Amino acid sequence: MLKKILQAGPWLLSRIEKLYSAAFTPAWNPLYHLGALTIFFFWVAVVSGVYVFLFFETSVTHAYESVEWLTHTQWYLGGVMRSLHRYASDAAVVTIGVHMVKEFVTGRYRGARWFSWFTGVPLLWMVFPLGITGYWLVWDQLAQYVAIATSELLDVLPIFSDPMARNFLTNESVSDRFFTLMAFLHLIGFPIFLLFAIWLHLMRISRPTVNPPLGLAVGSLAALTVLSLLWPALSQAPADFSKVTTAIGFDWFYLLAYPLLDYGSPALVWLVLVGSSTLLCLLPMLPPWRRPAAVVSLSNCNGCGRCVADCPYNAVSLAPRSDGLAYEEEAVVNAELCTACGICAGACPTSTPLRRQSELVPGIDLPGLPMRTVREQTLAAAARLAGVAGTSATAAHSGAVRILAYGCESGANIAALRTAGVEVVSLACIAQLPPSFLDLVITRRHADGVLLLGCRAHDCHYRFGVEWMDERIAGQRDPYLRARVPQERIHRLWAGLASAAEIERELEAFRARLQALGPYRPVPVAQSTYEVAP
Amino acid sequence: MINTGLRYVGQAIAYAAFAALLWFFATAPTYSPIKPDAAMIKLSFIHVGQRKVECRKMSPDEIARLPPNMRLTLDCPRERLPVLVELELDGKLLLRHELIASGLSHDRASSIYEKFVVPSGRHQVTARLRDSARTEGFDYTRSTDVELKPRQNFVVDFHAESGGFIFH
Repeated sequence: MLKKILQAGPWLLSRIEKLYSAAFTPAWNPLYHLGALTIFFFWVAVVSGVYVFLFFETSVTHAYESVEWLTHTQWYLGGVMRSLHRYASDAAVVTIGVHMVKEFVTGRYRGARWFSWFTGVPLLWMVFPLGITGYWLVWDQLAQYVAIATSELLDVLPIFSDPMARNFLTNESVSDRFFTLMAFLHLIGFPIFLLFAIWLHLMRISRPTVNPPLGLAVGSLAALTVLSLLWPALSQAPADFSKVTTAIGFDWFYLLAYPLLDYGSPALVWLVLVGSSTLLCLLPMLPPWRRPAAVVSLSNCNGCGRCVADCPYNAVSLAPRSDGLAYEEEAVVNAELCTACGICAGACPTSTPLRRQSELVPGIDLPGLPMRTVREQTLAAAARLAGVAGTSATAAHSGAVRILAYGCESGANIAALRTAGVEVVSLACIAQLPPSFLDLVITRRHADGVLLLGCRAHDCHYRFGVEWMDERIAGQRDPYLRARVPQERIHRLWAGLASAAEIERELEAFRARLQALGPYRPVPVAQSTYEVAP
Repeated sequence: MINTGLRYVGQAIAYAAFAALLWFFATAPTYSPIKPDAAMIKLSFIHVGQRKVECRKMSPDEIARLPPNMRLTLDCPRERLPVLVELELDGKLLLRHELIASGLSHDRASSIYEKFVVPSGRHQVTARLRDSARTEGFDYTRSTDVELKPRQNFVVDFHAESGGFIFH
């Protein structure tokens, strides 16, 4: 039951992502750029906030008037900027929330990825105070509520000797100094800490995407601008501490926990906030545990650096040679950073199944699923295919097309594809497969075609697996697929958790294509004629 | 494959849905911490209780034993007495609290911040405070009849130098 519930999350997410991909294309799918979109909204809030600050009076007596002037008198720019500031801040909370849910549902917070997940929690503790102090500065009814409630919340902690909430007892007790402190925290303090926290959050990721695609950024900004023009952000009645605020226009994105103060207690709010944050921090440490990291076989590593270039998590680096072999450098794996995706093994030029002279031990490999096992599984699958359809030539004549499918463990259930004429081999990531395996399967006629089943494009579980595989096959990334391998016999299906029917449709189309192609026949090598000069 | 026109329509719907989500939850639904016809009484003050042990004049011998730069004539132990406070509404006790002086040596002020949501209307508010070593009675008492309007924030503060309780 629990397993089914846990499986329902990725399935549902996959369906929603597919809808968005249909509208935006996978390259612009907002669900594939949630982190980058959050950073983009942060910058929109920064730029609009700087503009608003130019006209803002940092004082209890004039703050409200200055914001009102900006909102109503200079509505065409100042008002829009203020609205953009609010809506971009709210948008960031939405993208953060969806980002977290997605990473959790897809399990992208475990293993070596714990660091990004873990460092995301303090980010939350900076984003929310940043927004809350922003509402404080408007000095309207909401600001009054926020000031009192936040003070009551902080007063539970043994920080201040005197109750902070006393600053907001009456209109006379409010001081400019306290207001200036809030302005400082909102304008300088929290944004600087937030930038540092974002840097920390991305520290262990190679080639982090910090900007969304241009089209998506323009579309998002346009949506926020239209929203700002149609429904500009407005102040509520000015703060008046002689009265208790009621019927407050409430920003639920930032203040969701605040009603707990009124219906529970400040201690309860802290319990919920600290408890949920602790739980979030501990999640990556819960089982299942991560697989063993990639290992380097020095005798097979020449320090070419392809694994370093392809690793999505900066887990592999080059170090001076330590074994005396005549190479300058060697690959070194930082097990703490390794997600055991196997992309490094797929990039290693020694990961070739075509070798006959020695055992298949690449320069870098996954102990949990070594390249030797992948070759054994490939050959076993080929043998089963041969058992079904005989040799390749007879198979083509008899109409029984043989397909060998490689799939990644994060995508669709590849085992379900195993039917007559289709055999499967499962990999950690599709880019664990070196292109030489495609060479082996097709040119040695182990199958008529190869189906590669991976995550959806632009949303690879291991970030770059699909992209690297595309580039290897297209001859744009080392190790290249050899030119002798006919690409029409390779079908790439970057479908993620696609439905069985969708995969079946693709498989049938591929089968029909292979049927039309007939059995593989090597292209004859052109003979050269050499003439000897007289 | 979806054609470009349909894709733009899909994008427009997605952006509109996102914008609608932002617009709605940025201000709605409204939130009321108290009912519109209720009022609030806040009791809050910072007050230093009297010394737990009275200052004692030191003898010349005691003074002589002190380092030259620390020779005072009075020995004043730092610890302060707890402050006892009571708040009554219409003769009914809302709060009775003994406030321990803050600081590691309990030598600083006692403070309180409490709020009570009450029905609006006419009420009698009585506040009492004891900051001395007496065991019965109070050093400060103040009572008032007040017409609390809906949403009114009625503050009970205390300043010994101003004569005791202050009602805002």
